[in-house]
Amino acid sequence: MSTYDEIESTQSPEPTSPPEDAVQILDTDGSLLPGAKRPDLTDEELLEMYEELVLARRFDERATGLQRQGRISTYAPMRGQEGSQVATSFALDAADWLVPTYRDHAAKHAHGRSYESLLQHLAGYREGYAVPDDVNALPEYIPIGTQVPQAMGLAWGFTMQDQHDRAVLCHFGDGATSTGDFHEGLNFAAVYDVPSIFVCNNNQWAISMPFESQTATETIVEKADAYGVEGVRVDGTDPLAVYAVTRAAVQKAKHPAEGERRPTLIESCQYRLGAHSTADDPSAYRDEDDGEDWEDRDPVERLERYLYREEILDDDLADEIADRVEDCLATAIERAEATETDPGRMFEHVYEEPTDRLREQLADLDGLRERHGDEAFEEVGE
Amino acid sequence: MSTAADGLESAGDDAVDQESDVATDTIDLDAYDGPTESLSLVEGVRDGLELELARDDSVVVLGEDVGTNGGVFRATEHLQDEFGPNRVIDTPLAESAIVGSSIGLALSGMRPVAEMQFMGFASPAYDQLVSHAAAMRSRSHGQFTLPMVVRMPYGGGIAAPEHHSESREAALVHEPGLKVVTPSTPTDAKGLIAAAVRDPDPVIVLEPKRLYRAFREDVPEEPYTVPIGEASVRREGEDVSLFTWGASTQPALAVAEDLAAENGIDVEVVDLRSLSPLDIDTIAESVQKTGRAAVVHEAPKTAGVGAEVVATINEEALYYLEAPVTRVTGFDAPVPLSTLEDFYLPQALRIREGVLEAVEA
Ligand SMILES: Cc1ncc(C[n+]2csc(CCOP(=O)(O)OP(=O)(O)O)c2C)c(N)n1
Ligand SMILES: [Mg+2]
Repeated sequence: MSTYDEIESTQSPEPTSPPEDAVQILDTDGSLLPGAKRPDLTDEELLEMYEELVLARRFDERATGLQRQGRISTYAPMRGQEGSQVATSFALDAADWLVPTYRDHAAKHAHGRSYESLLQHLAGYREGYAVPDDVNALPEYIPIGTQVPQAMGLAWGFTMQDQHDRAVLCHFGDGATSTGDFHEGLNFAAVYDVPSIFVCNNNQWAISMPFESQTATETIVEKADAYGVEGVRVDGTDPLAVYAVTRAAVQKAKHPAEGERRPTLIESCQYRLGAHSTADDPSAYRDEDDGEDWEDRDPVERLERYLYREEILDDDLADEIADRVEDCLATAIERAEATETDPGRMFEHVYEEPTDRLREQLADLDGLRERHGDEAFEEVGE
Repeated sequence: MSTAADGLESAGDDAVDQESDVATDTIDLDAYDGPTESLSLVEGVRDGLELELARDDSVVVLGEDVGTNGGVFRATEHLQDEFGPNRVIDTPLAESAIVGSSIGLALSGMRPVAEMQFMGFASPAYDQLVSHAAAMRSRSHGQFTLPMVVRMPYGGGIAAPEHHSESREAALVHEPGLKVVTPSTPTDAKGLIAAAVRDPDPVIVLEPKRLYRAFREDVPEEPYTVPIGEASVRREGEDVSLFTWGASTQPALAVAEDLAAENGIDVEVVDLRSLSPLDIDTIAESVQKTGRAAVVHEAPKTAGVGAEVVATINEEALYYLEAPVTRVTGFDAPVPLSTLEDFYLPQALRIREGVLEAVEA
């Protein structure tokens, strides 16, 4: 029997996307599907999850706006994907590690990163990649798929050091499953049976490449069979289902039953409602009504409706949360924009000890800055 | 000349005639007075690809987002509409397979033009490039050859995220068997693409993305090639030679004009444009004339192609030198994010200082 059988619900009568075999708990109207049960989250935890979702949605909107105003550079929107991001991080314990991509802003925040620091690197300050000591997360990965073997190695290393109460959760997209690193990493994870959860955020697109053209298999999850690990497919727009599935995978990773393998491949079925990034124009490659059926599977609204039904949330509380979210983001933006950096920082952290060449190059640059001022560097000469 | 097709019986019949393929449409670009169109550098790339796709049925373009989307920089815009999805091919996300399958395509008698979306993402294809693309001819004693092109946008200055700004030309230039070119003008972009496609060996075309839309110029409408292996003297000068390529060519030229106007220094600006093979004659002649030299590139200083240029000057023109050759380069540190890019990339101030040092020493 699979770990997931007990959380598997009966399906909604007429599922649109995602496909029928994906685990769901909430119907789109926020009601529990017949046979589904609420995961073991308290009212407070559910409200925290909701606030995290509202924050994610507003962060996405504000970041997109900041990019348009030229205040941050390229931004990868996550609209429609926040539910899965937040829920996967909620399923982690603080000791577990998160290995995120450029799109997983909400997953990072829900595992302890600040939106201020995420905005810093978006605004061009590498300082934002400095993950605080008390947060178990790696900086984001941009070269697609490369994080998969590394996440495996991180989990492997913990077990080598007898830290058996740590799992590693690695995010990647549907496009990433075409890379060699995805296959190599999953194979290693299975061979060495390391405590790892591989979450494929199948948002149906890799920039302009639709899922059907990315792979000839019908699903991502079936690839799990090739490595001998368990695969599970979940409705990525249902935060409770994602939480339940991921939580089970995290627990299995750390405390597998007799004969169970630790790694899990989760295919979280989602849809990228926005552009690939602020530099991308989807009208060049997809119809405007593509993905329309996903619009009413909005993860934020779905959880909100559930919480209203269960009388965990009411208008007053929702307003309070909305206000807090706006304040939090205003502060984060203000602080990120006030970041101070210095050209000398380019030479820091290349090695533990700077090489002679680096010292020399830094001294040359300092000399030029002293003689000509920093403004002189703005003249690109074109 | 032997081709891959010669060695593969089954491909023999359909194989293109190699002799006609390597023929070049050499036109004297300086004397050209035929019809022109105003193109940006990225449009020059696109135009070159379009003409080659039209000229030779064995040419195919493949890569991530090159088809329906027309490329993330629009370098292949509308080509799929014109030539269909079997000639302009959207591939799954896998650089190693894009280059590896291109090698196979070339072996079968096709002429693939692969795109790496950014040079920073070409690394997974490194093994295919250096162990196979570079080596197939020599390994097989000329039995199998690889007429293929790999295009990569490279360089910084567009406020891009991490891994989108690298200049890793030195690693590729170091591989015997690969040719490496980098256009700095729309005219060269079109002509070098054509030359690369028609070349019997694998050619890497490094496209300075900062210049993709920086300026336009009148480009001959007809097909032509810019020969691989020839540098271009962009500005003639008597006092000092400034060697550069790609995006740095623009600030180098601007500095040359400034120094002429303000300091009376006559700078010769040489756009190497073919980094492998390097145009040793042009480098030597320029330094023999001026007796002074500086090299500018965006890539880190240590073991950059600039070091090769300096060594070449030492070998070919040491006794003509009146001062040490200076280098103005990126630092031996990763390219920073946008807020510090102006300090990292060689721009006007640092280039001017480097040239003055070579002149005043
Ligand atoms: C190795 C590599 N190749 C190309 C790119 C350029 N690129 C950035 S995102 C992307 C598509 C990724 O699609 P997917 O894995 O589905 O993730 P999503 O962006 O949809 O979240 C591409 C091709 C890259 N970052 N890394
Ligand atoms: Mg995707």
